[in-house]
Amino acid sequence: MIETPEMITRSRTEREVLLSCANVTKEFSVAGGTVVAVDDVSLEFPEASVLAVVGESGSGKSTLARMLLRLMPVTSGTIAFRGQDVTSLSGKGLRDYWSEVQAVFQDPFASFNQFFTVGSLLRRSLALARIPSDEADALIEECLGYVDMRPRDVLHKFPHQMSGGQRQRIMIARALMMRPKVLLADEATSMLDATLRVNVLNVLHDLRSELGLTVLFITHDIGQACYLADRVAVMERGRVVERGSTEEVIFAPQAEYTRRLLSDVPDLRGSLRT
Amino acid sequence: MSTPNAPVADEKAVPRGNPFRSLNFSGRFWIALVLVVGVILLGLAGYVYPTGPGEKVASLYDPPGAGLPLGSDNFGHDVLAVLMAGTRTSLIIGLVAGIVATVIGVIVGLVAGYIGGWFEELLMGATNVVLAIPSIIVLILISISLPQSSVWSLAVVIGITSWPWTARAVRAQASSVATREHIDVARLSGARLPGILLRDVLPYILSYTVMAFVLQVAGAILAESALSMLGLGPSGANSLGIQLHWALAFQAVGGGAWWAFLPPTIVLTLVSFGFLLLQSSLDEVFNPRLRRGKRKQMKQAAARRAEEARLLAEQTARTVQGPAGAPRGKELA
Repeated sequence: MIETPEMITRSRTEREVLLSCANVTKEFSVAGGTVVAVDDVSLEFPEASVLAVVGESGSGKSTLARMLLRLMPVTSGTIAFRGQDVTSLSGKGLRDYWSEVQAVFQDPFASFNQFFTVGSLLRRSLALARIPSDEADALIEECLGYVDMRPRDVLHKFPHQMSGGQRQRIMIARALMMRPKVLLADEATSMLDATLRVNVLNVLHDLRSELGLTVLFITHDIGQACYLADRVAVMERGRVVERGSTEEVIFAPQAEYTRRLLSDVPDLRGSLRT
Repeated sequence: MSTPNAPVADEKAVPRGNPFRSLNFSGRFWIALVLVVGVILLGLAGYVYPTGPGEKVASLYDPPGAGLPLGSDNFGHDVLAVLMAGTRTSLIIGLVAGIVATVIGVIVGLVAGYIGGWFEELLMGATNVVLAIPSIIVLILISISLPQSSVWSLAVVIGITSWPWTARAVRAQASSVATREHIDVARLSGARLPGILLRDVLPYILSYTVMAFVLQVAGAILAESALSMLGLGPSGANSLGIQLHWALAFQAVGGGAWWAFLPPTIVLTLVSFGFLLLQSSLDEVFNPRLRRGKRKQMKQAAARRAEEARLLAEQTARTVQGPAGAPRGKELA
């Protein structure tokens, strides 16, 4: 049996923990056995901070995200929001949870229902936003404002009439409609080109400072994590191998896997090095 | 699945000349449409045809002739008038049965495919059981047990025995749509199950549903005529199958009265052929990979481009060679 490395915890945060998961495991049954996608992961998401989960493809980041969002049941473990166990919510309780915890996904085209306009996408969220109907337009305008868009420019548009960056910003606006406390961005920038990526990263950064949003940023790109995050957790094959503040984890890594990930980051000056 | 990030905002700026152009209706589609519309018109023509289907205008099996374009049947009714009324009945039954079958099939398939798990196993198990029972036997049993068989009851009975095929097709599509990201977004937006099924799943499988519906209509028309020919059709109505039933019962085939059984047979053939052709040509419209004719156009375009490239190459070769006319190949060698 291979010895599994223990999680290295560098420092803990003093801020209040908003969302947390404890010993969360996810197994998928496949032909000839089970695959452990997420293995005994425990993490805390402190209020009004940006936590990045970094790991290569297949390390279980997205599975963890879907479990935290309660879009997928856990095999074992618990997820708690504000100290309340939300692991087995359903129906109204789950919708209440979703009015506090929202997400933006990877593919800015697949996230849209291509048959409906941006306006109907945003209006759909009003049921969870729980505001009087005469304030709906103001809320839509406000949320589009956070991502630097105006209602009269975009509400009538269909997804295919917008660029990838615009679509991703609309998705962020949609997530903000419920005025959530937690925003989970699952590879939200990986299908955008470099300039749009910075644009979306800046939007996420501003939201944290303006709205006190807790951002959970899931990425395979350690550079983006460094740019945005206060704290970083590194995942390898379903396990968290190292976690701590960005400075500690990225600039003085201790886990073997983190060092390897960092050595794979392209270096602009040494780009021709073999 | 990769999607280009290029803005397509200017798509609206250029108005499309003909919106139907982009749908690429093939020749098969138009033939199918002509067949189906022709049969519908034949059914509607009964409203303006001077003779009613129940009027006795001649004696037993009068051959086609003056005033009777298709002769008379065993009751002395005008065959053409009966044919028009029968076509109408068959189309109504096909349409109603098709709607009933499609609605049941879509609901079962959507719910099973979207929810998945044991619920899917249960629903699909039930569907397979219904599928395994020969529907013509169920049809005959239900038709016999109904005290009064009308056009509508027969249509509903045909509909509720033929939905499983639609359910299976819809389930397969729905379970693939259910794993897409926009469903997660809809759930996070607080959408409930009926809303997700109607707005996020159904539109994506609507083309399959339309095709399944067209098949169901054709199948129902044939099922009705089979039942009616066996004498289990709607009482007191005219239909293509009932016409065949009486033609058989009164020895039209043996007696050489072809006008009594050939017209309903031809109309039945045309209508089911028309619907099947419509279904397969709709498949081509919805699924670009199946389009024919396109290949020919593409070949022509490729040939045109190759010709242009050849001319251009010749031109450049001439200018490169220059006035001296030294062969360029040697220079390179």
